[in-house]
Amino acid sequence: MSETRYTEQHEWVRVEGDEGTIGITRYATEQLGDVVFVELPDVGKTIAKGGQGAVVESVKAASEVYAPVGGTVTAVNETLNGDPATVNAAPEEAGWFFKLKIADKGELASLMTEAKYQDYVKGL
Amino acid sequence: MRYLPLTKDDRAAMLARIGARDVDALFRDVPKSAEAPLESFDLPDARGELEVERAFSALAKRNVAAGDVPSFCGAGAYRHHVPAAVDHLIQRSEFLTSYTPYQPEISQGTLQYLFEFQTQVALLTGMDVANASLYDGSTATAEAVLMAFRLTKRPKAIFSGGIHPHYAATTETIANLHGKVVRAPVAPGRVADLTSMIDEQTACVIVQTPDVFGLIRDLRPIAEAAHAKGALLIAVVTEIVSLGLIMPPGEQGADIVAAEGQSIGNGLSFGGPYLGLFATREKFVRQMPGRLVGETVDADGRRGYVLTLSTREQHIRRDKATSNICTNSGLCALAFTIHLSLLGEGGLAKLAAANHARAARLAQMLTAVKGVELVTPQFFNEFTLRLPRPAAAVVETLAARGLLAGVPASRLMPANPDVRDFLIVAATETNTDEDCAAFAKALGEVLS
Repeated sequence: MSETRYTEQHEWVRVEGDEGTIGITRYATEQLGDVVFVELPDVGKTIAKGGQGAVVESVKAASEVYAPVGGTVTAVNETLNGDPATVNAAPEEAGWFFKLKIADKGELASLMTEAKYQDYVKGL
Repeated sequence: MRYLPLTKDDRAAMLARIGARDVDALFRDVPKSAEAPLESFDLPDARGELEVERAFSALAKRNVAAGDVPSFCGAGAYRHHVPAAVDHLIQRSEFLTSYTPYQPEISQGTLQYLFEFQTQVALLTGMDVANASLYDGSTATAEAVLMAFRLTKRPKAIFSGGIHPHYAATTETIANLHGKVVRAPVAPGRVADLTSMIDEQTACVIVQTPDVFGLIRDLRPIAEAAHAKGALLIAVVTEIVSLGLIMPPGEQGADIVAAEGQSIGNGLSFGGPYLGLFATREKFVRQMPGRLVGETVDADGRRGYVLTLSTREQHIRRDKATSNICTNSGLCALAFTIHLSLLGEGGLAKLAAANHARAARLAQMLTAVKGVELVTPQFFNEFTLRLPRPAAAVVETLAARGLLAGVPASRLMPANPDVRDFLIVAATETNTDEDCAAFAKALGEVLS
């Protein structure tokens, strides 16, 4: 059973057990344009909620990707090193950035559900 | 984009971060003697243009200028012949008045010459990619150290003892809040063992070749030792003409090359503006500071130039940029590119050979003087002599006789009593046989 939560900075986190997979939303990729480079964190790095996890660079801008919840990095999506366009092609599937072992699942409560996020994006 | 001026709190936070009490504390290095109040200057009232010209010409004549007398000064700034064509071309107003382009693609001419410049620097240094230049060799070195800190996520930089002291001092000033800068002991003419200093905390080792005493260094063993510990090798070159003869640092295992490009196309000009050269491996390019021009094709398939990987840079990445303290030295880079194009590969090799031959001949003549000893066993166009007494006084005496005999090591390392008798002497294609003979004769007389 997994559930996905969203941030106002357009990151998503899919939670399975105490592991969270993190990426950016389709809306974010549409704003960024073609992604040309992704800088991923080191496995083993501890990131606080709201701390910088990755950097995504597009033809338009470079932006930080913040951790929606705090935790320790357990895996990064190596595919993005060779093929950053995966982020545009499948932002919420194959285009994930990194996985965290979530330190405190209580932090998820402050994040938006999918329905709420869709409303939030409509209002932008 | 909003303009956000500095608040009082911003200023206080910045001062606290660098450990300065107030803004005045930033100027504590200005000597007291230079702090005279404005009223104390006895400036005369307005004078006619002709009188002012006369007064200043008389004042200027009190200098012993490198262009007017036989000069053997080097130590990071070298007098070479710059063809008249260089000056003529860079004075075209399109070049002379242009600033680093912020709407870059409209300035195809500027981008094209910077692309050529980058290509020349990459070829000379033996690296994959070079940027569009930095301020000078010393800030390029500081940027290389910051880049190594970012790449390795380690906090320590080790300077070889042969680094130009101004380069190390500049790097300490710029990099000290990001990591620790350690200097190996100074040993003129000798290669000190750095390998024992490299540990798991070491981000980079910085080795200058030819070093500040003129000694040519083999970078390969130190590259191997650095890489074995996961550290990077930064090669520093202050006399870029040397690469017309010496194996490029890139072929010797350097990961970053920081160099001074003044020697090609640019005059001594009282120490600046100079030309920072910066080159690295392609895999490190995203951490490289500075502007980068790339070649591409437009919608109609025609060749064109663009600024590329700009997202590393300060106007886009703001505080997360690879550098917020750099620019490119556009006009100096253009002079470099024009001069090097005029020389060509063969011309550069010939120029380098002429420099070395001249220096080798001079070293022979000077060491024939009693009590003078050569301490650098292999050198390019600069070498170090040990004199039988302190070099600074000898240089003063020779300057009074109208000859600039070189740079006393004590001038660069005033706190080091061990280098008191060492004189750093450079010879280039601008020194004639007569200059060299006059030097040997005068030195013999002063030391006898």
